[in-house]
Amino acid sequence: MAAPMLRWVGRGRLWTFARVDGGSCHRRGAPTGSTSNRIRGQSSVAQQPLYTTQKPRKGEHKWAAVVGLEIHAQISSNSKLFSGSQVRFSAPPNSLVSFFDASLPGTLPVLNRRCVEAAVMTGLALNCHINKKSLFDRKHYFYADLPAGYQITQQRLPIAVNGSLTYGVCAGKKQSQVIPKTVRIKQIQLEQDSGKSLHDDLRSQTLIDLNRAGVGLLEVVLEPDLSCGEEAAAAVRELQLILQALGTSQANMAEGQLRVDANISVHHPGEPLGVRTEVKNLNSIRFLAKAIDYEIQRQIDELENGGEILNETRSFHHQLGCTMSMRDKEGKQDYRFMPEPNLPPLVLYDATSLPAGADPQQVINIDQIRETLPELPRVTRERLVQQYGMLLEHSFTLLNEVGLLEFFQNVIKETRAEPKKVTSWVLNTFLGYLKQQNLAVSESPVTPSALAELLDLLDSRTISSAAAKQVFEELWKGEGKTPGQIVSEKQLELMEDRGSLEQLCHSVMEAHPQVVMDLKEGNPRAINKLIGLVRKATQSRADPAMIKEILEKKLSS
Amino acid sequence: MWSRLVSLGLRAPVGGRQGFTSKVDPQGSGRITVQVIEHLERLALVDFGSREAVARLEKAIAFADRLRAVDTDGVEPMESVLEDRCLYLRSDNVVEGNCADELLQNSHRVVEEYFVAPPGNISLPKLDEQEPFPHS
Repeated sequence: MAAPMLRWVGRGRLWTFARVDGGSCHRRGAPTGSTSNRIRGQSSVAQQPLYTTQKPRKGEHKWAAVVGLEIHAQISSNSKLFSGSQVRFSAPPNSLVSFFDASLPGTLPVLNRRCVEAAVMTGLALNCHINKKSLFDRKHYFYADLPAGYQITQQRLPIAVNGSLTYGVCAGKKQSQVIPKTVRIKQIQLEQDSGKSLHDDLRSQTLIDLNRAGVGLLEVVLEPDLSCGEEAAAAVRELQLILQALGTSQANMAEGQLRVDANISVHHPGEPLGVRTEVKNLNSIRFLAKAIDYEIQRQIDELENGGEILNETRSFHHQLGCTMSMRDKEGKQDYRFMPEPNLPPLVLYDATSLPAGADPQQVINIDQIRETLPELPRVTRERLVQQYGMLLEHSFTLLNEVGLLEFFQNVIKETRAEPKKVTSWVLNTFLGYLKQQNLAVSESPVTPSALAELLDLLDSRTISSAAAKQVFEELWKGEGKTPGQIVSEKQLELMEDRGSLEQLCHSVMEAHPQVVMDLKEGNPRAINKLIGLVRKATQSRADPAMIKEILEKKLSS
Repeated sequence: MWSRLVSLGLRAPVGGRQGFTSKVDPQGSGRITVQVIEHLERLALVDFGSREAVARLEKAIAFADRLRAVDTDGVEPMESVLEDRCLYLRSDNVVEGNCADELLQNSHRVVEEYFVAPPGNISLPKLDEQEPFPHS
């Protein structure tokens, strides 16, 4: 389950940047000079180290890290990229495999229209230039889960190029400010997925399931504009939200629908880029950030000890929290790219170039696709801020937590209470309870209707806010009672009777003459003690503002 | 085909495209080194068993090199003889699959509906370590 990403990852990571340019990762793009002082202060705070490092030596140069990501997203379609077999997460082994997927001789690829549309939608959402003509190539390498011995991809001329992805990084003292950052997108290409290998070390064999072989993938290549794990995680999270909003991929990392490889190198600012390593086997956003930060630090340590970085592939081991070399006997791969001879160029059209009288099934109109793009996360957030007057940070949290936005909108629909109240209750109280018990929104014992009813009671001043919190705690037990029932059972209604409240205030004042003396002698804060005593006496059933008003009237009389 | 090349002569080349570079013998001297043969054998799993095979490869490259005699400045490369054809777009419907039994019959070894493969790639031994083995 994804934690509110932006809040979690930032904390506890800062100490690693004590030696990486004094926290340049966060400082970059900071709006004013004053923030850099705050950040510098943060990075010198000693946090509990996860692993040992050396103390910085005197006169040491600063380091900057460069991170590039290659993201593979499985296209959400009924059938595969070049064949008509089904795309499904789990099924009996080799049951979703056609003759083409098994690479039997004489079979030919036939391009799936839906996959092309998905690629165009994604390209448009990421501000890419869509190539009206793109080409397919073969990338050759031998592996048992690639029956053809090559993968059909788009190396020379991909379907979309030169885009950008804007994401938000938490900064500021309380991680409450969101700083927008952008990473450039080099290209988006269509390619085939490979099958799955299950390694049976005991019997020294590998079992191959080709169900996944031939499934359409979108490879999104990011330029190396990222500089740390937190940025990478935030960028990937935003891409995930975009793909899910578009419906082009379910982008679930745990199910392998979104896979990320990171290319990482370090260098001194102003000097040429260092040797990069590729880190694979990152199957959650959390591990992605961890692995990148570990690798950056490992490279820094290695270079500072006079060692060198090898251009190799490394795998992240999450139990140990480190990357390890996947050294292959084969050495550097030569993929021998060649044009795919069985596929003509892919030609796309727009409103102006659309040939007259063309079969609509056989042509793809970029302009038409652009018009039907759904609302993107960035726009959704802006709309939430405009419509409900919430802070940008709040909108990030609402979108980052799976199902939270829907929950919020359902509560808004059913309650009379002000949107700001709803925002506060959903993001603070509701989300707080979820986090404490490590639950997803879907597992919540409190339904949107229940919370809406509770907020109505609060809004109509039937109960006080302290009482409301009590009711919420009762609701969380999930015993099926409505807020109204709980209120009457526990007699939490606000005292309406001013007369009896005045009597109570009077008796409290009589019982505590020292406090009254204190107040009369000019200690204004003593009134809070009185208010507290009255509240206790009323079992939180009185409005504190009214209590204060009555007490003040009594004291002045 | 020749007249077509002539008529395209004045078209400007497409910028920024990655062409495929030739790794074998960029100088054009016609000799293939032992390292290149080893590299090719590993990549393509082809066995250049004899000196004659290598000579045949060298002749093939020399034959293809004759293309360099043509002046292709300003001519857009042809990627595919299908370039004037329309790429057919299939509707996203499930029409194939569910033939595991048939497919598994092709495999020498099968375990519970999985194909069985060796545990990872077996790298080709180096040229001097190679033993002569029968060609099937």
